[in-house]
Amino acid sequence: MIDHFLVDEFENIVGLPYVLTDIEDMVTYSYDAAVLDPVTPLAAIMPGNSEELGQIIKICNENNLPLTIRGAGTNLSGGTIPSATGIVILTSRLNSIIEINKQDMYAVVQPGVVTATLSEAVEKKGLFYPPDPGSQAVSTLGGNIAENAGGLRGLKYGVTKDYVMGLEFFDAAGRHIKTGSKTVKCATGYNLSGLMVGSEGTLGVIDKIILKLLPLPSHRKSMVAVFNNMEQASETVAAIIANRIIPATLEILDNFTIRAVEAFSNAGLPVDAAALLLIEVDGHPAVVQEDGEKIETLCRKLGAVNIKIAANDQERDKIWAARRSALSALAKLKPTLVLEDVTVPRSRIPDMVKALQQIAKDFKIDIGTFGHAGDGNLHPTILTDKRDVKEWKRVEMAIEAIFEKALAMDGTLSGEHGTGLAKLPFLEKEVGKATIAFSQQLRKALDPNKILNPGKVTGIF
Amino acid sequence: MTNIKKLAQLVKELEDQFVVCIRCGMCQSVCPLFEQTKKEADVARGKLALLDGLMNRMFSNPEGASERLNRCLLCGSCASNCPSGVNVLEIFIKARIILTEYKGLSRTKKIIFRNILSKPKTFNRLMKWAGHFQGIFTKKNKNSQGTSCARLISPLLSNRNFMPVATEPFHEHLPKLDTVSSRSRLKVAFFTGCLIDKIFPKIAKDCIDVFHYHDIGVFIPENQGCCGIPALASGDLKTFEQLVEHHVDLFENNSFDYLITACATCTSTIKKLWPAIYKGNQNRVQNFVEHLSEKTLDINQFLVANIKIDSSHTDGDTDKEIVTYHDPCHLKKSLGIFKEPRQILNASGIKLIEMESPDKCCGMGGSFNLFHYDISSKIGTLKYESIVKTSCKTVATGCPACMMQISDMLAKNKSNINVKHPIELYANNLKSKEGLDKD
Repeated sequence: MIDHFLVDEFENIVGLPYVLTDIEDMVTYSYDAAVLDPVTPLAAIMPGNSEELGQIIKICNENNLPLTIRGAGTNLSGGTIPSATGIVILTSRLNSIIEINKQDMYAVVQPGVVTATLSEAVEKKGLFYPPDPGSQAVSTLGGNIAENAGGLRGLKYGVTKDYVMGLEFFDAAGRHIKTGSKTVKCATGYNLSGLMVGSEGTLGVIDKIILKLLPLPSHRKSMVAVFNNMEQASETVAAIIANRIIPATLEILDNFTIRAVEAFSNAGLPVDAAALLLIEVDGHPAVVQEDGEKIETLCRKLGAVNIKIAANDQERDKIWAARRSALSALAKLKPTLVLEDVTVPRSRIPDMVKALQQIAKDFKIDIGTFGHAGDGNLHPTILTDKRDVKEWKRVEMAIEAIFEKALAMDGTLSGEHGTGLAKLPFLEKEVGKATIAFSQQLRKALDPNKILNPGKVTGIF
Repeated sequence: MTNIKKLAQLVKELEDQFVVCIRCGMCQSVCPLFEQTKKEADVARGKLALLDGLMNRMFSNPEGASERLNRCLLCGSCASNCPSGVNVLEIFIKARIILTEYKGLSRTKKIIFRNILSKPKTFNRLMKWAGHFQGIFTKKNKNSQGTSCARLISPLLSNRNFMPVATEPFHEHLPKLDTVSSRSRLKVAFFTGCLIDKIFPKIAKDCIDVFHYHDIGVFIPENQGCCGIPALASGDLKTFEQLVEHHVDLFENNSFDYLITACATCTSTIKKLWPAIYKGNQNRVQNFVEHLSEKTLDINQFLVANIKIDSSHTDGDTDKEIVTYHDPCHLKKSLGIFKEPRQILNASGIKLIEMESPDKCCGMGGSFNLFHYDISSKIGTLKYESIVKTSCKTVATGCPACMMQISDMLAKNKSNINVKHPIELYANNLKSKEGLDKD
């Protein structure tokens, strides 16, 4: 139970309807999209502006009350699962796009703005915000920054961190901090934006965001290349990059995933193909034309049995909508779905694909593989039933095996989902003891009362 | 059937259906209620988590769970956008039944039910036992809080002061009918539905005229009632079952090719919810309900599939009345019917101009409108705005409940846009053509 005087204080700040404490509501803020046990918070608060947000944090700090910030709750590593002794702060009312500047090509937004809402708004002005995580229809920009979210366009356009020009945030004591600016260059003070991106709510609470925008590419060409085996497809990925072609998107889908996606989307994917590459090139029409042709030639040379080019925007949208449904479509097949996001240097994609197939065989489990092959980020998706204790044991062993393989290839445990709680036990293997100690020290200094999303990323410190 | 055994069976069914949700949260992007309130308990993922997490606790404070469950339009936007295919509506309806039935149980029953539910894995065994207890527990049936069809309608009218009750309901105008076609050999049964019968009888009259025009035999049994959705949505299983069984008796002894309704909600209830609730019963009612479900068609769908409708017809007449079409959730999201009403409109001598997001819920949601009129109106206002932007003279929609909500929104904004069922426009066009022919 939360102290009543605290509830009163919160209610005074944000107003009665925006403080939730009923157990029925708390249950709805106890989870995110990660396969982890839910934890029910004490309260959930919906601030309506910066001042309110700052005051709430101050009160939490004064009362040693842990807080977890929640956007859409689509996190895949448990970063939004709250503390049982803490509160949840919802950013859903902090959802205005403050400015879209066409001349200087930046946008200023509040953290609760939905990613797709910003993308659509800037596209209407001929601008482009490239990061497009799978959950962009609901995910928030604050959440994207806290997780350093990626997406399908990472290969050519990078990820969220590449678009953060500046931030305003509250530290654990509720002080308002500013970093970066609306200028292309900015060299004053520490690059605190860099520190905040991917900090998963453990170093501060994001209040305002300045994002870089690009001109909207004038031309786009999407194609689907069909392969008779997974190796050929993954070798094609490596070959495209090796030939100095950088498509905007270069996605791979294995047969398992193709069938699941097609059953849901009816996008016309060939269900008997062993593997598909979904490719999009964009930019100047001449470049699009040339790169498109080069890719086609490469695909055919390396074994593509068929290549289908989207004839219009509708066909293009259908391909990408189908790709976006991959996760949820796979989820239909079995009660439990574990989605990993190991990432390896791009030239190692064929090795990683092979390793995944071997692991599936060794541990006798179903792994569907899809992902952003072009940037080395795969999504091996394990389909299982957590209630089957024996199989679940094998799944846990398989996950460890996948991690080991990725690290052995100079890869990383997570390309875009973050550490949260899910990757925490394995982090040391990737970064070493000293890195974790350093991070913990940083937290200790910035958050002495340990209120900011405790337990995540670095564990308890 | 209202008894512990049924409740336990429903809870078990629910548990199997919960597992399908992977908490991806995609339902947030389409839920009209979440768009307004931004509360997780208002969106499907939150409600599913609530049911899942509170299965036991739900029964220590059934009001809390019930209140949140009832904050839902049952529009099905989430279900139609759910890549994991969670059967959201069926789950919510069942959960509402469980809570309502539970609240109506005696104290002793509640204790036993709570104990059964606290050990979900022993259900199978307990369900057998429950069969024996049934006699004791059903003695004092306190299930009396369910709303009936009539109760749904009357408060709407007294509260909202729009769409007056027709002076002559359809069933007084035409108590029964049983005709055969002279050539087509096609015969339909017509399910009128409460709102059409009592508020929009003209729609039913137009349907009969259209059947007659196309030489289709019609069967309308006397003494039809409500399809049961208001009762079911309030969790009143007993009233629902009485209504279904009443209609099974009415329709069972006549032979017809299709059961037609002009109400999106009646169609989707008869087609989907009747069989869903009776599933696994294995008796006469269950058999007929299954059979009827297969034969049930929305009037637009029926006409397009069975009658040659010339919807490509264009006169080059630029003075045609501009009509926009609102997709009722129960037609598009529940049944995937959205092309057919447009084909009917295009064959009605009007000019169809699409509004922005025609399939966005109007905010009616049956009893949702009664208990959450403020949110319902906010959602309805968005619909009003998209309608007005088309500069239409008439907005058409295939659901009398949507017609009521849209009428309310238009009236509130002092708009002079008409609200019609596609079949009214189609019938009107047939009549005017006949008139021309006569000249």
